[in-house]
Amino acid sequence: MSGFRILVGCKRVIDYAVKVRVKPDKTGVVTEGVKHSMNPFDEIAVEEAVRMKEKKLASEIIAVSCGPQQCQETLRTALAMGVDRAIHVITEPKEYESMQPIHVSKILSKIATEEKADLVIVGKQAIDDDCNQTGQMTASLLDWPQATFASKIEKSNGDLSVMREIDGGLETIKVKVPAVLTSDLRLNEPRYATLPNIMKAKKKPLVTKKPSDYGVDITPRQEIVSVEDPPVRQAGQKVESVEELVTKLKEAGLV
Amino acid sequence: MATLASVFSKGTRLGKRVKYLCWHGGKYCSSVATPKITTHYTVHPRENDPRWKEVDMERFGDEADVLIVGGGPAGLSAACKLKLLANEQGKDLRVCLVEKAAEIGGHTLSGACIEPRSLEELFPNWREMGAPLKTEVKEDKFSYLTEKARIPIPVLPGMPMSNHGNYIVRLGNVVRWLGEQAEALGVEIYPGYAASEVLFHEDGSVKGIATNDVGIHKDGSPKETFERGMELHAKVTIFSEGCHGHLAKQLYKKFDLRKDCEPQTYGIGFKELWEIDPALHQPGKVEHTIGWPFDNNTYGGTFLYHLDEGPLIVVGIVVGLDYKNPYLSPFREFQRFKHHPSIEPLFRTGKRIGYGARALNEGGVQSIPKLTFPGGCLIGCSPGFMNVPKIKGTHNAMKSGMLAAESVFDLVTDEEKVSQSPTAGLEPVKYEENLKNSWLWKELHSVRNVRPSFNTSLGTVGGVIYTGLFYWIMRGKEPWTLHHGGPDNAKLKPAKECKVIDYPRPDGVVSFDLLTSVALTGTNHDHDQPAHLTLMDDSVPVNHNLAIYDGPEQRFCPAGVYEYVELEDGSGKRLQINAQNCIHCKTCDIKDPSQNINWVCPQGGEGPAYNGM
Repeated sequence: MSGFRILVGCKRVIDYAVKVRVKPDKTGVVTEGVKHSMNPFDEIAVEEAVRMKEKKLASEIIAVSCGPQQCQETLRTALAMGVDRAIHVITEPKEYESMQPIHVSKILSKIATEEKADLVIVGKQAIDDDCNQTGQMTASLLDWPQATFASKIEKSNGDLSVMREIDGGLETIKVKVPAVLTSDLRLNEPRYATLPNIMKAKKKPLVTKKPSDYGVDITPRQEIVSVEDPPVRQAGQKVESVEELVTKLKEAGLV
Repeated sequence: MATLASVFSKGTRLGKRVKYLCWHGGKYCSSVATPKITTHYTVHPRENDPRWKEVDMERFGDEADVLIVGGGPAGLSAACKLKLLANEQGKDLRVCLVEKAAEIGGHTLSGACIEPRSLEELFPNWREMGAPLKTEVKEDKFSYLTEKARIPIPVLPGMPMSNHGNYIVRLGNVVRWLGEQAEALGVEIYPGYAASEVLFHEDGSVKGIATNDVGIHKDGSPKETFERGMELHAKVTIFSEGCHGHLAKQLYKKFDLRKDCEPQTYGIGFKELWEIDPALHQPGKVEHTIGWPFDNNTYGGTFLYHLDEGPLIVVGIVVGLDYKNPYLSPFREFQRFKHHPSIEPLFRTGKRIGYGARALNEGGVQSIPKLTFPGGCLIGCSPGFMNVPKIKGTHNAMKSGMLAAESVFDLVTDEEKVSQSPTAGLEPVKYEENLKNSWLWKELHSVRNVRPSFNTSLGTVGGVIYTGLFYWIMRGKEPWTLHHGGPDNAKLKPAKECKVIDYPRPDGVVSFDLLTSVALTGTNHDHDQPAHLTLMDDSVPVNHNLAIYDGPEQRFCPAGVYEYVELEDGSGKRLQINAQNCIHCKTCDIKDPSQNINWVCPQGGEGPAYNGM
């Protein structure tokens, strides 16, 4: 497919192995100096796009990340995995804290139109907010078909045949291109970004833009009231017999 | 099993034959079941492995002028100094630095109360540049602890414990800042890539390094995502891997760098970062103790510093790894220390936000190897320049990096010297000469007898008396040099000769269990890769370490990597290696009594994710 362009969304999130800590003022979690990496589902999205390019089903891949300066590291990883060029939509760290899927999907849909993308692939959800909204909202804004929780993507006669992981099992649907896909865990195993590719990635184009360049207003539409640790689990009590259990339940007024 | 162990240690011909049987697939050994533990290619080479026949093992290569292995204070100081000199003299110099942590500073762990001397030399206007040295030392306390009491020992100026003019820092943040300066100066920094192999020219000189391969299954077979590491070649390779680096270990053997020095002696340092009640916070306060919880014959001490960056304190201990009792658990000593009545209130109302551990070197001048070899040199805590009574090594590490950079720069930019070099890899000989003539050497020489003075039968008390008499009064000018008495791994006594230590259970508020603590390090490794804690012989842990020393690795590992679990059929135990927990402290490689554990680098970007430790 000549001229088939894929747009991939890459979010920079706190690394999945790091223990997250709530800020003492309860306005959010500590991110300063904490190890970050690319959202694992977005890594899978990037891998799928690169594989499609290797199979000659796509000709160009563009990665997009919205956020502060450090998002460029995330984009470099995407470039090292095989993406052709990257767009960094820069925001202040404070603005980023209140950025929501609605803002990101507006930016992605504007970029998709501007860059004449044929396919948008994003991770099904980010591991920090677990929203699972950006892909769906982007499809709606573009008025494109969507295939979410994709675990297998195949091309068939100009359409895409996508196997989706749903509650009831696996569902296969056909979507016409252009479309928005969101990647699920079993879609593929992402490749490593090797050092020679990281070095080459430094020469690949990375442009910095602002949300206003796309006419998107990122004023927060939600206010975070408070962020707290989950309640500490209360210790349980072991009982020796059913009679004791019933006694204890009666004492607690539960029976 | 006891019979087997005694046969082993006697090294009889029967013993050797049994060992052979055990090693080649434990199932041949009927009385001791040894499942295969080690699958790493450094122990089982891939050249003979049929699963690797079809795999393309070619590597991409690149050339730099100078290559630096390890992005800690020493490596980054060397990198900055090289580029400062190059920019000053208008010369082109390609400097590349590889670091195994995912981010610069991610594997850095230290107390730390640093002397700004080297930073002043490197960046005289470090204050304006924003170096994160935010806490000047205001109060300096040294005490001898008993179980319930605290006896102050006066800190007089001139004593090694005196910290006037020093700064309490979160070293990880300082390292991150140094990394930013290095990048701004034009150093190419590649975090997330571990140097896993030294490369040699045909003439035997160092050619550079190769980064780790990625994508190998736990059983040693290639994954679909397998990628070969990359080769980085340079005229000079500077090795700054920190305490007990695994590549340095190979270099010592290859170039016989340790033939004129004593074996290195080490300590393990633990550290926790706590948020405390601001009412109890005294920014700039430095406290050191000796005595409880250590007995008089175990070298150990503690530190507690109040940072001026929020209501934060750092608390930790250092235990000399020449301890003799295999039942000693440095981690549990640390946890019980926090219950001392003089400091417990700080923790009772506080919150622990960081934990980590790392080995540190205590050998001083007696243990410094030859520092240069054809193709490169060693800097920082890798050869080991820590000043033990001061418990400071950062300023010396940085100074060694800067001295090496000067020598390497002169060598690499001088075409005449390059063409006259007897080997393809250049040897910066001036580095060692200049180091021996610098303040670094004078400083280390003056404190050389302090650490060994703790090894007499007078123990800690003897050490304090010696330090007071000879260091404070004579500044180390006494004509003799004491010795360390052999490597740490040979100091353990058999378990049956020692008493089990009854440690108190952690209370979950002030003291904690091991696994909760490890979770705070943020450490992670891809579970599906060969364990990087490799055993030269898979049968030795059960037959030797467990049989004679009751498996001390279960206790000295600060991350719970080593566990002896019951076999399903109840016939004994086997060693389970939880490689994912590893926090890269290197203690196991140092203290293993059978020296059977060889720590190698796991995939780059893995390991702890320390934040400003």
